[in-house]
Amino acid sequence: MLEPEDRARFEADVMPHRDAAYNLARWILRGRAQAEDVTQEAFLRAYRSFGGFQTGNVRAWLLQIVRNCCFTWLQQNHVAEEMTEFDEQSMPPKPENPESLAMATYDRERLQRALEDLPAHFREIIVLRELEGCSYKEIAAITTRPIGTVMSALARARQQLRTILTEPVPKGASRDL
Amino acid sequence: MTCDLSQTRLHAYFDGELDAMGAAEFERHLESCPDCDTRLAAEEKLRSALAGAQLYARAPETLRRNLQTSLPKAAIPPEVRDPKAKAANSWRWLAIAATVILSVFLGTQYLEKLNRYSQQQAMVAVIVDAHLRSLQPGHLEDVISTDQHTVKPWFDGKIDFAPPVRDFGNDGFPLLGGRLDVIDSRTAAALVYGRRKHIVNVFVEKVQPGDSQDASGELQGYHWVSWQQNGFTFTAVSDTAYADLDQLKQLFLAP
Repeated sequence: MLEPEDRARFEADVMPHRDAAYNLARWILRGRAQAEDVTQEAFLRAYRSFGGFQTGNVRAWLLQIVRNCCFTWLQQNHVAEEMTEFDEQSMPPKPENPESLAMATYDRERLQRALEDLPAHFREIIVLRELEGCSYKEIAAITTRPIGTVMSALARARQQLRTILTEPVPKGASRDL
Repeated sequence: MTCDLSQTRLHAYFDGELDAMGAAEFERHLESCPDCDTRLAAEEKLRSALAGAQLYARAPETLRRNLQTSLPKAAIPPEVRDPKAKAANSWRWLAIAATVILSVFLGTQYLEKLNRYSQQQAMVAVIVDAHLRSLQPGHLEDVISTDQHTVKPWFDGKIDFAPPVRDFGNDGFPLLGGRLDVIDSRTAAALVYGRRKHIVNVFVEKVQPGDSQDASGELQGYHWVSWQQNGFTFTAVSDTAYADLDQLKQLFLAP
């Protein structure tokens, strides 16, 4: 149970990161409704464990909780997607073709769909780096991976995102933001 | 053939994660490596496409409301909900009230100190708010320029002092522009600097009585550092590391 001063501290320090929390959940889960539910659940968890959190990076601490809630949700709901953790040994880098390096300009819808088509573990890293502006150190803390793995996963995620963008446009409606 | 550096070192450079030495080394390599050069251009293209697509999803209004209402409910201690505990509770409230009265009695001097402290906290809250406001689309700069000789004259006639405008691009803090802002109903000059992917607002005001000399802290996840120099109070705010703000302060203080 939180003391009143901790409660005030939670309001002042954690609440302002609700956009960051929702944005991460929305991209990992690829849906608005799920993201709202899971963000709310993550805030409750954060609230319960806030007494033990004294100093440090509040945003990274919160986003780690959000991320864990998201992956638990994906597992429980048996979302049929590539859930395997990024592993450098089993996924050796492939050379990128010149077409995807010379990426053309794409509209928002195309980029949104491409980002959603990335595997979850690549998606989260792109969202944390490019949308949330997290440092490697923060991403490592949030995703509980070593910094070296974060770096190679980020390189791979960017390459794969470009590759998806150069593929022919798939048919089907895109999910709304 | 793929250059070995292009896999991770290029990304670390691109993301501003190399130290000055490492970055300089990579830039030298870049001059002689067309492969890395092409890849770096591709990364830049991807980043600006992602940034331009405005993919960031802000918390919807329903979620904001739910967060506000669900948390306090979870925080109410169980005995308040339990009617049997009510009698015990009223005694507890009496005890709390007595403690409060006693504290007020004993603590006037302390409160005065606290008041000064909370005045500063209130000012910091106003400045962090101004920083957040500036990050809304289209609110960051009124004059967009990386040239201090463009930004400085822009303030002429708009404000009754000449804020010191300097570009620290060579030290990793490029000047992005300037803006007028209102801090606690006084007009202040806001200088906007970039720090890797972060935005730093430096608010410049004439020194007011009661302004503290040197102070720093954190509010809502944002760091702030304030100092006085030549009759101005400077307050730098950002979500970047505290050490970065301290470095920027030292750059301002250097002749």
